[in-house]
Amino acid sequence: MSATGIGAAVRRKEDQRFVTGSGHYTDDINRPGQVHAYFLRSPHAHAKIKKIDAGAAGKMPGVVAVLNGTELATDKIGNLICGWMIHSKDGSPMKMAPNSALAVGKVCHVGNAVAVVLAETLAQARDAAEKVKVDYEVLPAVVDPAKAQAQGAPQIHEIAPNNTIYQWHLGDPKTTDAAFKSAKHVTKLDIVNNRLAPNAIEPRASLAEYDSGADSLTLWNTSQNPHVARLVIAAFVGMAPEHKLRVIAPDVGGGFGSKIFIYPEEVVCLWASRKVCRPVKWTADRSEAFLTDAHGRDHVTHAEMAFDAEGKILGLRAKTIANLGAYMSTFSSSVPTYLYGTLLSGQYSIPSIYCEVDAVYTNTVPVDAYRGAGRPEATFVVERLVEVGAREMGLNPADLRRRNFIKSFPHQTPVIMAYDAGDYLASLKKAMEIADTKGFDKRKRDSERNGKLRGIGYSTYIEACGIAPSQAVGSLGAGVGLWESAEVRVNPTGSVEVLTGSHSHGQGHETTFAQLVSERLGIPIENVSIVHGDTDKVQFGMGTYGSRSGAVGMSAIVKALDKVEAKAKKVAAFMMEAAEGDIVFKDGKFTVAGTDKSAEWGAVALNAYIAHKFTGAELEPGLKEGAFYDPTNFTFPSGCHICEVEIDPETGATEIASWTAVDDFGTIINPMIVEGQVHGGIAQGIGQAMLEGIVYDKEGQLVTGSYMDYTMPRAHNLPSFKVGTTMTKCPSNPLGIKGCGEAGAIASPAAVMNAITDAIGSENIAMPATPQAVWVAIQRANGARKAA
Amino acid sequence: MAAVSMTVNGKAVTGNVDPRTLLVQFLRENLRLTGTHVGCDTSQCGACVVHINGVAVKSCTILALQLEGANVLTIEGLAAPGAPLHPMQEAFRENHGLQCGFCTPGMIMSSLDIVRRKGNNLDEHTIREELDGNICRCTGYHNIVKAVAAGAKAMAKS
Repeated sequence: MSATGIGAAVRRKEDQRFVTGSGHYTDDINRPGQVHAYFLRSPHAHAKIKKIDAGAAGKMPGVVAVLNGTELATDKIGNLICGWMIHSKDGSPMKMAPNSALAVGKVCHVGNAVAVVLAETLAQARDAAEKVKVDYEVLPAVVDPAKAQAQGAPQIHEIAPNNTIYQWHLGDPKTTDAAFKSAKHVTKLDIVNNRLAPNAIEPRASLAEYDSGADSLTLWNTSQNPHVARLVIAAFVGMAPEHKLRVIAPDVGGGFGSKIFIYPEEVVCLWASRKVCRPVKWTADRSEAFLTDAHGRDHVTHAEMAFDAEGKILGLRAKTIANLGAYMSTFSSSVPTYLYGTLLSGQYSIPSIYCEVDAVYTNTVPVDAYRGAGRPEATFVVERLVEVGAREMGLNPADLRRRNFIKSFPHQTPVIMAYDAGDYLASLKKAMEIADTKGFDKRKRDSERNGKLRGIGYSTYIEACGIAPSQAVGSLGAGVGLWESAEVRVNPTGSVEVLTGSHSHGQGHETTFAQLVSERLGIPIENVSIVHGDTDKVQFGMGTYGSRSGAVGMSAIVKALDKVEAKAKKVAAFMMEAAEGDIVFKDGKFTVAGTDKSAEWGAVALNAYIAHKFTGAELEPGLKEGAFYDPTNFTFPSGCHICEVEIDPETGATEIASWTAVDDFGTIINPMIVEGQVHGGIAQGIGQAMLEGIVYDKEGQLVTGSYMDYTMPRAHNLPSFKVGTTMTKCPSNPLGIKGCGEAGAIASPAAVMNAITDAIGSENIAMPATPQAVWVAIQRANGARKAA
Repeated sequence: MAAVSMTVNGKAVTGNVDPRTLLVQFLRENLRLTGTHVGCDTSQCGACVVHINGVAVKSCTILALQLEGANVLTIEGLAAPGAPLHPMQEAFRENHGLQCGFCTPGMIMSSLDIVRRKGNNLDEHTIREELDGNICRCTGYHNIVKAVAAGAKAMAKS
């Protein structure tokens, strides 16, 4: 391993600009003559728009225009779409309601954009927005997904009777029912997977500029996938043809899924820029982020697990209601279906699984993928069932897991996925050693002496990442292929630019991708630049989500590097007057086998361009190759997280006493960055389990609309983490990478809740387990014990 | 509009601003010092922390006009372009105390204030409590805590 190659903890190339405040985030960019956009948003969860009167607002100082949804429709700007078709079990297609970037006739959630005010300054736009008069007829609202399908519930969209988007299912109900009939023990749980706000610290922002001379548009946007944004805005919204629309996602301050989606504001900024012939800039404030960024999770589930007399799992069934909010966001339909039901086998050999999911509309912000996306929900179902099952049957939870682990690969689950590699016993064993589970009983006694409760919780998770083989996802309803592209451009002096369709918004691609190139070509990492996030530079790409940049994005780079090496060998053969088959490339040097002839990388690169040693008929000059890599399978990162908590029963205050994570990510390019990804994921999972939760009141008003009300994890809420790895290489991609971005968020909520319920001796508590919730659960459990 | 003069990163600056202009807006929009970030609208996230007369302040909580004659230090003022990084900047880089980088300028400016108030030998508990006013969504704080401890130590030597 070289100091900058694969496996080295190389310090990040991007950090110089970030620690000096010289990054370029979207809001840092300004264009001459720009106007500022301020969106007027609905204060009601559900209402008819009877009239919009912008007369007074239009006369306010600095106002350039006030625009609304009717004008948008007149200009034939199309609706936003959901790009993954799900069919109900009766074969009918999902009910996608119209989703206009500015509301037309009706608003369906608080924060729904109604009009946009453009003015010389943001303050002027804000002032003028207060003068826009909107006459609403307020309608009753529904916010609780469990009540959305009830008779008499307010109907949100005509196309979707009973607010039902689809009724999907997966697995075999007959064999699953049979498994439950033959069971010795059945564990049943009702689970609410709480609704979360992604909260990347950089709020979303868009800056759109129309060039009337070229009749083209440029959009600087906080996006995880600028090419997908361009495709949707061109092909579906109909803003401009793809070749007349450039989307640039510069430095992006975190995404966690929320910046995958195509949002109304970017569409409106583009449209408005062309309309007023000036650049239009919008940056969300945090209140707008809470009201408009797609939320995550929000499942209501009843789940059951059937066991035989020895604790072998015979079957699992789950019935879930998934809240998709007021409109179907870009990939929302896929999250509670093919990213959820397909993971319900966990790390276990389960003969029969049946899963039903009803997706519903409610008068809330749209819900879509948030770090983990479906897989945290699946893991929570499986890992809570296994843990509670062990307790009910009086078995050790680790033993029960071991008994049911899949031990040979490949393994076909009953829910589509074919796991290719893993060693679940190894990660459990290593985690138990690091967590010193043998010493737990003593630590528990110590806690008890101090009047505290102590609990331990496991989560042995699996996820499907590296999303995904295009043909497979196409057969499941995806509107796009999920390959990735790369182009390797070698300059005449031997330095290298890699253009990638992956997008970094904190993951450190500028470093890890350069490590791959440095190792492969034997050149200093300083001589490698990674270019991403601009549709004018990178031809096409699918972007970054689903822990896919390593497994898919880097595989594309490997393919392109293979081609570069092959071409460079041809050049070297001409230079050294040798047969191409005799050229060996190693450590940045080309040699002729069996001779002392050699040529350095830089010399070969130069010769590729000066082309003095070969004719055009023999070899094309230049050294630049591109590749598209389509994965052959999902990847299956897995691992074991163990959480230990200590609870003060007098207050419910819960401290995470220790956290151990042992993950199998396959090949690791940069262990420092991978550990950082694990830390961040765990923090978000602990946030979900103990702190975070979006709350709407009955009228659909967002109660948790700021950092004063929505509890973000802060440094003192979290422990330091003990992080280890085990390794089975992923057989489905050239580097053996599985992906690491989401694991922490997928594994951790179940580990926390298994620990808390172990400590308090009751399963009757939902996330977030705030001190109050824990205290109430303890009182309830004590009351039940006294009554018994 | 009203005139205001102050020193920012050692340079005298003047501006003619709408009286409601916040310091963070003045820095970002008038002076184009975009290293100071805005992550919320309730003075919770800390992405906008700068130093005013040597003390950490959330620059979204103070009007530019209140700073007549004040000495303001932003992230851009910690190390000159091309010069070595400040030890705290270097510690964040070395310990992978940042991912997307958006909260980082505020984190670093707050960390320097922690060192000013609490000294160069900081334990984990102190650092975690003192970072209460800064939110990071990427790192889980693990490496930020390490970075602050290391940066504080390195500052004692430099």
